[in-house]
Amino acid sequence: MAAEYQNLFTRVQVHGPSYPGVPLERGNKEREGPPVHIHLLGIIGDAQLGPIYLGFYGLASIICGLIAFEIIGLNMWASVNWDPVQFIRQLPWLALEPPSASYGLHIPPLNEGGWWLMAGFFLTASLLLWWIRMYKRAIALGMGTHVAWAFAAAIWLYLVLGFIRPVMMGAWAEAVPFGLFPHLDWTAAFSIRYGNLFYNPFHMLSIAFLYGATLIFAMHGATILAVSRFGGEREIEQITDRGTASERAALFWRWTMGFNATMESIHRWGWWFAVLCPLTGGIGILLTGTVVDNWYLWGVKHHIAPSYPAVFQNVIDPALLQGAKP
Amino acid sequence: MKATLRISLVLALAAGLLAGCERPPVDSVQRGYRGTAMVGVYNPRTVALQEQNNQPPAAQPPAAAIPGGPTAGQVFQNVKVLGSLGVGDFSRLMVAMTAWVAPTQGCTYCHAADNMASDTLYTKVVARRMLEMTRQINTEWKTHVVETGVTCYTCHRGQPVPAQVWFAPTPQRQAVLTAGNDALQNKPAPASALASLPYDPYSPFLLQANEIRVAGTTALPAGNRNSIKKTEFTYGLMMHMSDALGVNCTYCHNTASFGNWSTSTPQRTTAWYGIRMTRDLNNNYLTPLTATFPKPRLGPTGDVAKVNCATCHQGAFKPLYGAPMVKDHPELVAAATVAAAPAPEPAAAPAAPKKK
Repeated sequence: MAAEYQNLFTRVQVHGPSYPGVPLERGNKEREGPPVHIHLLGIIGDAQLGPIYLGFYGLASIICGLIAFEIIGLNMWASVNWDPVQFIRQLPWLALEPPSASYGLHIPPLNEGGWWLMAGFFLTASLLLWWIRMYKRAIALGMGTHVAWAFAAAIWLYLVLGFIRPVMMGAWAEAVPFGLFPHLDWTAAFSIRYGNLFYNPFHMLSIAFLYGATLIFAMHGATILAVSRFGGEREIEQITDRGTASERAALFWRWTMGFNATMESIHRWGWWFAVLCPLTGGIGILLTGTVVDNWYLWGVKHHIAPSYPAVFQNVIDPALLQGAKP
Repeated sequence: MKATLRISLVLALAAGLLAGCERPPVDSVQRGYRGTAMVGVYNPRTVALQEQNNQPPAAQPPAAAIPGGPTAGQVFQNVKVLGSLGVGDFSRLMVAMTAWVAPTQGCTYCHAADNMASDTLYTKVVARRMLEMTRQINTEWKTHVVETGVTCYTCHRGQPVPAQVWFAPTPQRQAVLTAGNDALQNKPAPASALASLPYDPYSPFLLQANEIRVAGTTALPAGNRNSIKKTEFTYGLMMHMSDALGVNCTYCHNTASFGNWSTSTPQRTTAWYGIRMTRDLNNNYLTPLTATFPKPRLGPTGDVAKVNCATCHQGAFKPLYGAPMVKDHPELVAAATVAAAPAPEPAAAPAAPKKK
């Protein structure tokens, strides 16, 4: 029989009265709703749901997000002529497209990209308002603002893709469509247009931080679960008063790879890797088209792209042949 | 028992996630230098299905040669293209064409039963032009079809209308004209192998001569203003070519740089001519026949059925796996048609990406 701490889910749930949270200072709204306890939630986290703090920024963010969601969704539905079956069936393919390149940075008619601009405005407003809310809630709880700044890193990448770079390129058409498959096709087309993004050093960095963040999270999560039989999941206590869980976790990594992070520093590792993924990625996108037009040729120029022995001889561009049959 | 239930639930979920995948094993064939990922991936079960659809037809026995015998033009009336053929060769080709194009319908699919020479049936007028087209392909487009050549069967495969043709798409239906513009893409498009890429990648490239190349030819910006949307049209065309030939991108390209010719395969050159050939056929042979066809044979916007890569290839890297088609029918390469309409010069393409 497996021990309790070796399970995928939290096996033991302690039931107690609902916790309303700390008293709020003047100027804060009250938290919404009576809390409820849900056993299923307790399996993956805390069983208590709510109360939630909404406040002005939360409410404004949800309203703006809902407007953007509706603009996108209704345009998708309209694109299949309001057919509910086709809307569900084709949903992953449907999209709201940015204006065509001929409109530059002008405001196009609604159905030529105007809806896209409007959806983008409200979605951006929603994200920024939500950011303010995260920042302010952290301050209200006397916390550091690390979560808000990590969120800001993601917003940076979003803004580069949808606003900053299109403005620098002089056309909304450079931005990403709203849609499931369409934004993925856009990503592939973006790389094809700009000569293979894999030769973009900031794209490389972004991938390294993406994979690095998952690796570090896996190492950290595994380590803490492995020492939870010694109380290792009480990380804060282990930081201020290093106990046997912390000692064993540190020794494990020191023995296996020489170096070990500490109970505190492993979280800095995780935070920076996660935050640097969109930060470097955003820089890479920002340089594409504005500073570099063909990343492969840039890679050749700077000796990043290796050359391989030719397997196929004499393949030349037929468009360059004089007098060739068309 | 509970654990078994849980495990089977997880397995069922995992299987559900993989439902859209082709089951292994698949064969991979290395094409380029090691480390370049130039590998062709073939599903043997898909290939086996394609094989059935790509068997060459039985050859007609050669006609008895009668030197100095009468020509078709001397014996029959209203023979405009094949008049210089001997009567034996002419009849042999007619029999072959029936087998290739209208095996169940027979001669009367094109010929009026009471007067074989009559042009009353539109199919006969079309067939005559298609003979000229076949000769144009076998004579002027050897850059694409080399000595293998094509016959009616290459496209028709025993059907009066080839299985793979294309029409201009139905314009988007919009009840409200102020919302829901699909921007010519964003639905499961058979043309681009069910991607959300543009659903008509044919008209711009296989009818009009829009520039296919979108990537820059210099490392730093030098005035290349091709948009991502334009790239998606090129991407759509390439998806069609990949789908039509049953090959990966790496059949023609080194994906390190799609545009670079020096790292591409020779098949890319063949494909380049193929695109121009298709454009020639659509503009000079098929579109002019629009008025000849009856309305039910035309597309939703009243355009004629046109050809793309899949019309001949039908899933094979070479139509009918490269079986020699004109070997037994030299009359379909006849130099008698040198007066055929010259192919239009394609729009000057920019220089291929050069290494800097």
